[in-house]
Amino acid sequence: MNMQTTSRLTAAETALIEAFNQQIGELPGNGAVTALRDRLLDDLKKAGLPTRRVEAWHYTDLKNLLRTVPPQAGDAGSEALEPLVADATVLAVIQGHSNQKATADGLGVSAYFERLLDGSAAGGLDALGSDDAVGRINGSFVRDGYVIDVPADAELENPLEIQFIHAGGQAHTRLPVAFGAGVKATVIERHLTVTSDAALVSHVSDITVGEGTELTWIILQQQGADDTHLGQIRIDLGADAKLRLFVINAGGRLVRQELNIKVTGEGADLTLRGINLLGGDSHTDVTMVLGHDVPNTGSTEVIRNVVFDRAKGVFQGMIRVAPDAQKTDAKMACNTLLMSDDAEFSVKPELEIFADDVQCGHGATVTDIDANHLYYMMARGIPENKARAMLVNAFVAEIVEELEDEALVEALEGVISAWLEKHA
Amino acid sequence: MTIETDEHGQSGGTWTRLMDRKNEMLEIRNLHARIAEDGTEIIRGLNLTVKAGEVAAIMGPNGSGKSTLSYVLSGRSDYEVTEGDILYNGESILELDPAERAAKGIFLAFQYPVEIPGVATMQFLKVAMNEQRKARGEDELTTPDFMRRVKDAAGKLQINTEMLKRPLNVGFSGGEKKRAEILQMALLEPKLCVLDETDSGLDIDALKIVADGVNALRSPDRAVVVITHYQRLLDYIVPDTVHVLYKGQVIKSGDKTLAHELEANGYADIIGTAA
Repeated sequence: MNMQTTSRLTAAETALIEAFNQQIGELPGNGAVTALRDRLLDDLKKAGLPTRRVEAWHYTDLKNLLRTVPPQAGDAGSEALEPLVADATVLAVIQGHSNQKATADGLGVSAYFERLLDGSAAGGLDALGSDDAVGRINGSFVRDGYVIDVPADAELENPLEIQFIHAGGQAHTRLPVAFGAGVKATVIERHLTVTSDAALVSHVSDITVGEGTELTWIILQQQGADDTHLGQIRIDLGADAKLRLFVINAGGRLVRQELNIKVTGEGADLTLRGINLLGGDSHTDVTMVLGHDVPNTGSTEVIRNVVFDRAKGVFQGMIRVAPDAQKTDAKMACNTLLMSDDAEFSVKPELEIFADDVQCGHGATVTDIDANHLYYMMARGIPENKARAMLVNAFVAEIVEELEDEALVEALEGVISAWLEKHA
Repeated sequence: MTIETDEHGQSGGTWTRLMDRKNEMLEIRNLHARIAEDGTEIIRGLNLTVKAGEVAAIMGPNGSGKSTLSYVLSGRSDYEVTEGDILYNGESILELDPAERAAKGIFLAFQYPVEIPGVATMQFLKVAMNEQRKARGEDELTTPDFMRRVKDAAGKLQINTEMLKRPLNVGFSGGEKKRAEILQMALLEPKLCVLDETDSGLDIDALKIVADGVNALRSPDRAVVVITHYQRLLDYIVPDTVHVLYKGQVIKSGDKTLAHELEANGYADIIGTAA
């Protein structure tokens, strides 16, 4: 290809650069932060948005898929919403802005923009590498979010729900959360939209999980049908820590959800469960890079996808086992229900194993609704539509039920059935 | 009653025929059916009539079309009816899908009940019962009423209700699956019960439990079609009529002695006579 074609900026790239120029002097940050932002934007300018030629973006050609970039999000016109489960503690980020007065019992909570202003955010602001377009965009534009410290041995009785509420426009947020040792907690990271105006959201959660901590972290993405969601979670999993990470996509038009997980403490264990409910003309990509860096750690990953209409889905699962990470036990599965002839799902498992005494496996299935199941249910008087909905629901509900917490299971099953009622 | 007697007196043989007609729950007329995918004809001009209150046994060697008949009755889309008709209470059901047939009271107890992961048996039962009630314009069952019915019916079939919390048929033994079929039948209270090889894979104790379950459902307004290869089940569910199916046709009909004849002499005699 000739050089001119590849270096030409798309409308979306131009709009991003213009948006940045318009915000010079407005974006919060001290000298170090500002310098980093400038560099990240410069990298974006030079490289452009990634195309399918970039391995990590092969199935999600962001340059082609991101067609328009909305203006900066308007003022907060909304309030925090009812939490998913009744007793949850709620922290809201509305149109990309935190509530500076927000507190949560027993937790250290502060606004992220203060960290940008005093420069303490600079250390974690950089992109993860040259292919990290999400980190690049977020690092350039991020304005706010929360910084949360969960002290050692804290046992959170109720879930902590952090709501990212959008009403159209651009919002770039961050959520650094440090869990001390011996913590027990459930956190719900929820992204939703309250209007039909298109939003462009970039978000990075950056969490460290202390020794022996038992954490359930649920990402629930329920954005609008015209929204773009570029999400990333960076996780450092300490010794004997147990993390159950649930990623549920039930919205958005263009979604990239990156999971960057480092298992750095011996005895740590990761359970990743993903549910992708895809419909319309949406494109949703879940990309995981999981590093088992030390001996005696384990992980299981199960991703279930239901794809309707002309929707496209992607799961890339990379497991890297470092040379001294002996006795690693990792199992990955990706199961897809294709509900229409035009639906598509691409799966790319990758195992990079540098240790010789490990167990690593992966498997993928793609099916449609089992005609025998459907017939049997209909033969008992259950009408076809209802039977189909029950079967799809069963396919993903199995995953949710692993959460065990009854209120949470019920709430998430509600999200799933509401989505299915709209799309099935 | 007195009026009927009067009419009977007046119209003689015609009335008797009308009465018979009125009692005919299932009437299969010159039915031809084939496998939709490859066009193989399995049912080739089958005629059969089953009256309300009747227990009819359909017997036949392997490959005679027994299971196909049960699937065609239930409306399975893998089979196409190319000729003839199936009348249920005087109306053709060929245009109805399996769910509509079920809501009208047709029940098929499967030879191989299907395992459905992720759907709890209890939830499945409740949805099936309520969907059928909705289709008939009846109120949905309250949860306590539903639970009471399930507990009663399960108790009679010696089914542990813990089993019903598991996904439908998943990990059930062969006997448990067959009992679960009869449990569904008892709860759904169908009018026409079709039992496809319900005895296969059952030991004698399980067979008795299942047969008791079926016999408990015998009533003047319900018909049962028992499809079986062996006479054994008919010792426990005693049929009023026995029909021999061969190459997709009923080649001989009789009463329960026909079943004993088959047991003693095998199918060869009858097939030979018919051919």
